Amino acid sequence: MKLYLKYISIHIRSMMEYKKSFFLTLIGQFFVSFHAFLGMYFMFQRFNQVKGFTYKECLFCFSIVLMAFSLAEIFFRAFDRFHIIIGNGQFDRMLVRPRGLVFQVLASQFELTRFGRLLQAIVLFVYVLITGDISWSMLRIITVILMIVGGIVVFSGIFMLYAGLCFFTLEGLEFLNIITDGAREYGKYPVSVYGRFVLKFSTYIVPFALFQYYPFLYIIGKNTNSFYCILPLVGTLFLVPCYIVWRIGVRKYVSTGS
Amino acid sequence: MIQVENLSKIYKVSRREAGMKSAWKNLFSRQYEEVKAIQNLSFSVKKGEMVGYIGPNGAGKSSTIKILSGILTPEEGTCIINGRIPWKERKAHVKDIGVVFGQRSQLWWDVPVIDSFELLKDIYQISKEQYNNSLEELVNCLSLSTILKTPTRQLSLGQRMRCEIAASLLHNPSILFLDEPTIGLDAVSKLAVRDFIKKRNEVHKTTVILTTHDMQDIEALTSRIMLIGRGRLLLDGTLDNLKEQVGQSNNNLDEVLAALYKKYKIQ
Repeated sequence: MKLYLKYISIHIRSMMEYKKSFFLTLIGQFFVSFHAFLGMYFMFQRFNQVKGFTYKECLFCFSIVLMAFSLAEIFFRAFDRFHIIIGNGQFDRMLVRPRGLVFQVLASQFELTRFGRLLQAIVLFVYVLITGDISWSMLRIITVILMIVGGIVVFSGIFMLYAGLCFFTLEGLEFLNIITDGAREYGKYPVSVYGRFVLKFSTYIVPFALFQYYPFLYIIGKNTNSFYCILPLVGTLFLVPCYIVWRIGVRKYVSTGS
Repeated sequence: MIQVENLSKIYKVSRREAGMKSAWKNLFSRQYEEVKAIQNLSFSVKKGEMVGYIGPNGAGKSSTIKILSGILTPEEGTCIINGRIPWKERKAHVKDIGVVFGQRSQLWWDVPVIDSFELLKDIYQISKEQYNNSLEELVNCLSLSTILKTPTRQLSLGQRMRCEIAASLLHNPSILFLDEPTIGLDAVSKLAVRDFIKKRNEVHKTTVILTTHDMQDIEALTSRIMLIGRGRLLLDGTLDNLKEQVGQSNNNLDEVLAALYKKYKIQ
């Protein structure tokens, strides 16, 4: 942990070498997600609700997904850009250092600029908290935290899966962005809005619904089954197959070197 | 210290003819060709030895270094370094080796060199005392005192290479792998690097394995030369042995080497 903090301090110092670029990206990141918010806002100007969900409810959903995604990007982004790490030989360097590989990849990048997005998510979240009409209880507060944690884990799982597959393709796998960026964009609305297929897919295959839809139903009071609160934890199991793919990838790499 | 026996490494390389049609075909059924990067390689290196590892491009030099440093796993053969098999006990093994890839940097690009060193201290869990000693010695021998506080990206290639070497010796490894350490350096920097490696070997008895295309590196540093071509070890001996093989002792070293490559048909 101490070592991880050292890495972060190096990243921050590196970033501060390019202050202007840093702040511009930071602001850019804020506005990228702000535009997503505007889209929602104008839509709800016309329609009062989407499949029975109100504006505030959807905004709540969006802020949670955005928060989880930006946190995952801040800390786990290196896996998402893993093809670069393989391509420029940085991975070889990691192999000759006496530390765990997952740790080294994690520590190799710390994406400060994504704080712009995180800020947007927090602003929206606070806005919903103040103006919305969710009746809070201890269990609901815990559920929110679990949603965010579960979301971070699922997104990081996808990043890791991506990195694992990079060992086989050596190129970026843009199609996986459908899942990551897609989930971020579509996460604006509760998953059920997109129909049964998407709901099933995001329950059993890539478990978005487990940290977004089901616990969300509990929080807004549409479902009283408290089992839904722990579903985000079930979703974190998604990390297991992703880690296995990563391990297989590493083993393949050391036997082929390409 | 280093014991290598019957090492073999095979790569699968996909092959296809030129043109759209075969590109399309290749999409569905790939044809692989097996390329033997290393075949039946055996040698041993004693503690404190300096070995020059030479051969034309693609001969298998880098693959060997990668196997010895634990990056690659070979298909066949064994390799025991300091009593360990590199690819089986990666973390323990790499604590005791230093690796310099001449073409790639291990320093963090945007921060002062000393910051990279400090981070390496924690990565290798070097004690404060040992770190201070190593650092002081390396700074003196490589004259780094004026450039320690400069960000890596602003260093000249020669300055950077000196820092790279220092970075891979901070944890005081017993073996040092140098993959083309003098590539692209000017005369002064080359001499400085060679001088340092030589001293390091004398004082610390560090075992050095060095790949290079620069025959003057070999002449200045190593008493023992291993020539590899098409994955096979062709020659293992002194510089004089090398010259005898060609039979023209008056020529300059590059010509000797070129004649050797021709003789073994490895170019």
